[in-house]
Amino acid sequence: MAYSEKLIDHYENPRNIGSLDKNSEDVGTGLVGAPACGDVMKLQIKVGADGLIEDAKFKTFGCGSAIASSSLVTEWVKGKTIDEAGTIKNTDIAKHLALPPVKIHCSVLAEDAIKAAIADYRAKTAKVDDPAKSTGKDESQAAAE
Amino acid sequence: MPAYPDQVYLDHNATSPLRPEAFDAMVEALRTGGNPSAVHGVGRRARGLIDKARRQVAARVGALPAEVIFTSGGTEANNMALAGSGRRRVLISSIEHESVQRAVPDADIVPVDGEGVLDLAALERKLAASDEPALVSVMFANNETGVLQPMADVARIARKAGALVHCDAVQAAGKVAVDLHGIGIDYLSLAAHKFGGPTGVGALIVRADAPFVSNRFGGGQETNRRAGTENLSGVVGFGAAAEAARGLDPTLRDRGEAALLAIAPQARVFGAGASRLPNTTYISMPGVPAETQVMALDLAGVCVSAGSACSSGKVHRSAVLAAMGIEDAEAGSAIRISFGWNSQSGDIDRLIVAWRDLYIRVGQSDIANARAA
Amino acid sequence: MTAITQIRRNDQPIYLDYQATTPLDPRVLEAMMPYFTYKFGNPGSRSHSYGWEAEEGVEKARGQVAKLIGADEKEVIFTSGATESNNLAIKGVAEFYKDRRNHIVTTVTEHKCVLDTCRHLEQEGFTVTYLPVQQNGLIDLDRLREVVTDKTVVVSIMAVNNEIGVIQPLAEIGKICREKGAFFHTDAAQAAGKIPLDVEAMNIDLMSISGHKIYGPKGIGALYVRRRPRVRLVPMIYGGGQERGFRSGTLPTPLCVGLGEAAEIAMKEMDAEATRLTKLRDRMLKGLQAKLPEIYLNGDLERRIPGNLNISFAHVEGESLMMGIKNLSVSSGSACTSASLEPSYVLRALGVEEELAHTSLRIGLGRFTTEHEVETAVDELVRHVIKLRQMSPLWEMAQEGIDIKSIEWAAH
Repeated sequence: MAYSEKLIDHYENPRNIGSLDKNSEDVGTGLVGAPACGDVMKLQIKVGADGLIEDAKFKTFGCGSAIASSSLVTEWVKGKTIDEAGTIKNTDIAKHLALPPVKIHCSVLAEDAIKAAIADYRAKTAKVDDPAKSTGKDESQAAAE
Repeated sequence: MPAYPDQVYLDHNATSPLRPEAFDAMVEALRTGGNPSAVHGVGRRARGLIDKARRQVAARVGALPAEVIFTSGGTEANNMALAGSGRRRVLISSIEHESVQRAVPDADIVPVDGEGVLDLAALERKLAASDEPALVSVMFANNETGVLQPMADVARIARKAGALVHCDAVQAAGKVAVDLHGIGIDYLSLAAHKFGGPTGVGALIVRADAPFVSNRFGGGQETNRRAGTENLSGVVGFGAAAEAARGLDPTLRDRGEAALLAIAPQARVFGAGASRLPNTTYISMPGVPAETQVMALDLAGVCVSAGSACSSGKVHRSAVLAAMGIEDAEAGSAIRISFGWNSQSGDIDRLIVAWRDLYIRVGQSDIANARAA
Repeated sequence: MTAITQIRRNDQPIYLDYQATTPLDPRVLEAMMPYFTYKFGNPGSRSHSYGWEAEEGVEKARGQVAKLIGADEKEVIFTSGATESNNLAIKGVAEFYKDRRNHIVTTVTEHKCVLDTCRHLEQEGFTVTYLPVQQNGLIDLDRLREVVTDKTVVVSIMAVNNEIGVIQPLAEIGKICREKGAFFHTDAAQAAGKIPLDVEAMNIDLMSISGHKIYGPKGIGALYVRRRPRVRLVPMIYGGGQERGFRSGTLPTPLCVGLGEAAEIAMKEMDAEATRLTKLRDRMLKGLQAKLPEIYLNGDLERRIPGNLNISFAHVEGESLMMGIKNLSVSSGSACTSASLEPSYVLRALGVEEELAHTSLRIGLGRFTTEHEVETAVDELVRHVIKLRQMSPLWEMAQEGIDIKSIEWAAH
């Protein structure tokens, strides 16, 4: 079970660790996985006025492959529109990092995380557009569903 | 290697000294260590060594690496095959090793002829006697006589009758060519120490699509077929020996045999009319008990044995010779001389001289007495 | 201790996985060498000096192993390792006495080879009671007393757990078994040579020992089988009748000699080594506790072998931690066929919650562990735990006072 150089690089020098203000209207947060399963990923995107993702941050509780997968995804989504970001496939992640078969689920989780972040962002902007009041639902819960 | 320059070791069928290639590989493995199942670097390196040995052993017997299950030796491999095939109806030859005979005490016994070769017609008849799917267990070469069994015919006949084939190749591997897939064997037992590998390690080769159920439970090693932390240094030594063993040449044996028969014309080589391993002579000096010969030869610095080396101190009548129809009196005077990878021409000279001295010495007493009686 | 303090090459990581396997003690290798070379005979060969010499080596080793556990040398049989010993002991007695007794008692924290053997015997018609353990990893003796009956053939309880190092109360267990007429088997793979064992004082009837856990070679183990009162077994491997008929097969002389030598060294150095390792272990634990909040020791600290720590580093996933501490060889549970990285069933049995079980490392110290290595290990662990916690969304939540249990996590 030897890991690829790219994977090790992302594990050792993870890009974009950190948190964005989850309450900000231009930030979408995805929180996926479960502590009992040994993987939790929090992935956040900040979308600029031009509709491009201008920043992305992550925090991950999980194995090296999970950390590398989420780090890679934050790099990939920057500068993309949210529609483009939504097309990222777990197979691309797995292929890029040469994940061993037992670690494929890490790439699935990373795809889930970006999708959840996009969904959260879309829900927020829909609320802004919609004059009706927000439901008050916690975004982390929404994301984890 | 020989720290006893005064000793000539001609008991390789009991065990063979370690080949230098195996020794070097083992010492390295013993020093580096590691549990091959651990995920860290030390463990992964150990795993790599095991995988290499698996390829080496597989290549020696015409098998695939994934078909190799490492065991603690030939006895365990035989027991595993006989218990693991799932076949309750088992046919074995009348000259199988104890580890086969005792593992299947209710087996149907197929006889051998006077040369110690399996009676193929009897095998065919016995297989046809029942529709129940069977397992046929026949050794590649006998440990006492060295007689090679007609494995290709055994496999063909078994296949026709829908039977699986187990072959105890403990004495044959590394001495003559063994080809699992070429012959059509389903289960093949190997022991490293019979051809210059270490004791305490062997293998059961299970053909990829042959049924196999393990009876040993634990950590799931050997792809769930044989639990227990791998004998790392042993497996590594086994692999190195398997790669180094390129078969033996019968020249030494033939020269020795001819000389012994010239000295004692009434002596007899068992199985001489059959194809044999290139290293084994099973010979009688009529009228002289095997124990006497073995002791006298040992005093002369030549190590041979009377039959097979197992647990017993007692030398008992050879079941193999009995199965070949040899009379007790003659069987009781049979000794086994077996050469190996490091045997030299001078070893044979020593044997010939010691045997001649013994023959002359007892010729005046025992043989005369035996004749008088 | 002798002069051997360092057997690691400088380019190798620091080895802290002594419960998975131990390096071969150079003194053991030295004792084995002649048997790999000129004393290569088959101990079953009775017709020449090569055979006799090999037999002498084997018998000396048998005596050395017997002495370590207070047994008679005739009661020790050699096997290919502790897995085989455990299989043979449990299956062997169960099958031999099955007409009279059909119940087996074991614990939920046994090594996999014991549990798998018991499960197999359940399929064969035996009833098995899997005793739970308390939060400290030890069995409740009253519970044991309740479940052992006159139908119990064997009670199999490990002496020392391979993941958390806790020592079960062997003498008390032995007493209960003797009272009820059940055989007492103990898997002492992790205990032999590390804590005093006495088959007489502890009423042990069967005991499994492993070579490579006590600085001996792999591929060799032993099973102690009591002769008075006699314990009988159905063998698993038939053949030449070696080892009192319990275990056929040519004995691997160099490996037997190695196990014997390892046993003798372990016995001689047990006290001094225990003192030294206890100091090192305490230093490691205190060093980590001083610098890291929210770390938890799994298993009892007092009733534990000195060379084991099992620690949960909350909010840091164990595998990612292992990947970070490249310079340390540790384990995230037991090393079997490690492809499975599920949280340890041993920790779950102690009541450790799954999310915490995922953050656990087993750190094994041993004969060649140095003070410097312990210091280095503490530094590396602290550095990486801090780094990974900064990366951990769970740590972030804990800092913000969010109870992660209040969140509805998606099951997957």
